[in-house]
Amino acid sequence: MEKHSDMSTRAWHHEVFKVLHETDIRQVAYVPDAGFDGLLRKCLADPDLSCTMLTTEEEGVALVAGAWLGGDRAVLMMQSSGVGNCLNMLTLIKTCCFPLLSIVTMRGEWKEFNPWQEPMGRNTQAALELSGATVFRVNESQHAAETVAEAAELAFGDSRSAAVLISQSVIGEKKWQK
Amino acid sequence: MAKVSAGQLDRRVVVDRLLKYRKNALIVTGLGAPTYDVAAVGDDDRNFYLWGAMGGAAMVGLGLALAQPDKPVLVITGDGEMMMGLGALATIGSRQPSNLTIVIIDNERFGETGGQLGHTALCTDLVAVAKACGLEKAQEITTLEDVECFATRVEQLHGPLFVSIKVGPKIKPKVLPTTDGIELKNRFRRAVSNKSNRTEFALRDDHE
Repeated sequence: MEKHSDMSTRAWHHEVFKVLHETDIRQVAYVPDAGFDGLLRKCLADPDLSCTMLTTEEEGVALVAGAWLGGDRAVLMMQSSGVGNCLNMLTLIKTCCFPLLSIVTMRGEWKEFNPWQEPMGRNTQAALELSGATVFRVNESQHAAETVAEAAELAFGDSRSAAVLISQSVIGEKKWQK
Repeated sequence: MAKVSAGQLDRRVVVDRLLKYRKNALIVTGLGAPTYDVAAVGDDDRNFYLWGAMGGAAMVGLGLALAQPDKPVLVITGDGEMMMGLGALATIGSRQPSNLTIVIIDNERFGETGGQLGHTALCTDLVAVAKACGLEKAQEITTLEDVECFATRVEQLHGPLFVSIKVGPKIKPKVLPTTDGIELKNRFRRAVSNKSNRTEFALRDDHE
């Protein structure tokens, strides 16, 4: 049994949701994570957003490309472990210069209990950068919204991949109960 | 457990008949022979050919179908490409896009790499998988008459549709469209936006 504290009530969820609207995001592709649960619930409740749950994160990379072909801006939301599932599909973004805005909640870093999360967590930023993404880090919640806005401007302005990695220190320590 | 055999249909004839009634359809092709088959019918700005991203064709089609709900979107791909992204069928089933059609040109093998047998030659029934994922209208086709009949349904927007068309193993001459991904993207968006009422369709050509 595991629990997160105050997950759905964090202010940065509201602020980032507002930025997604201001950026004219129309589609949201996601594999759920407790770290952005509040943000995701807001998106799911919004009739102006078309939200697609994925079986694996690489599906989202392809979906974002298809959305752009049809004129929609999209965002991909996932946990850091999911970045590892995306690598070959990210060549689609690089080769065709598709805009890709990703919001990634981190595991395997600050106060991580589960050592199985560490190999991917430690390499998430490098893997994204090797695939051609510009990576932004958010270590304090008050910077989340402005960082997502900056990444969105880069992604949609320059037709490239921009990822915002949200630290575990922002998300909160994962509490484990026996 | 081995199934009995691949189909006998000529893949080029199949794709030609499939596109015979094309009016407004936007097409995404999976890498390999389906890309050559569609290019052989005639290049079109509304064709987005994947030259990589194996396993991504159906999901590119879904993103496009959700963005352009009034236009038919046709994904034409191979059995191996579909197998690599099988989860996409569950994802598409969860969204039920009425304008999306997925066509598998199923030769039951990896034609590009030497004709090694694929999963659909052994035990995987893609139509059953699609149905189990909520694509209730999924069907298998083994005759040209049924291909023509199916082709008339693509633009009716009564999907999602899924069809596995059993074709023979013969390798056809390669018909190669441009591999310039940026050009494929730009021209596709230009073609779609020309017929779009959406003012927010920000059109911009990208360059390397």
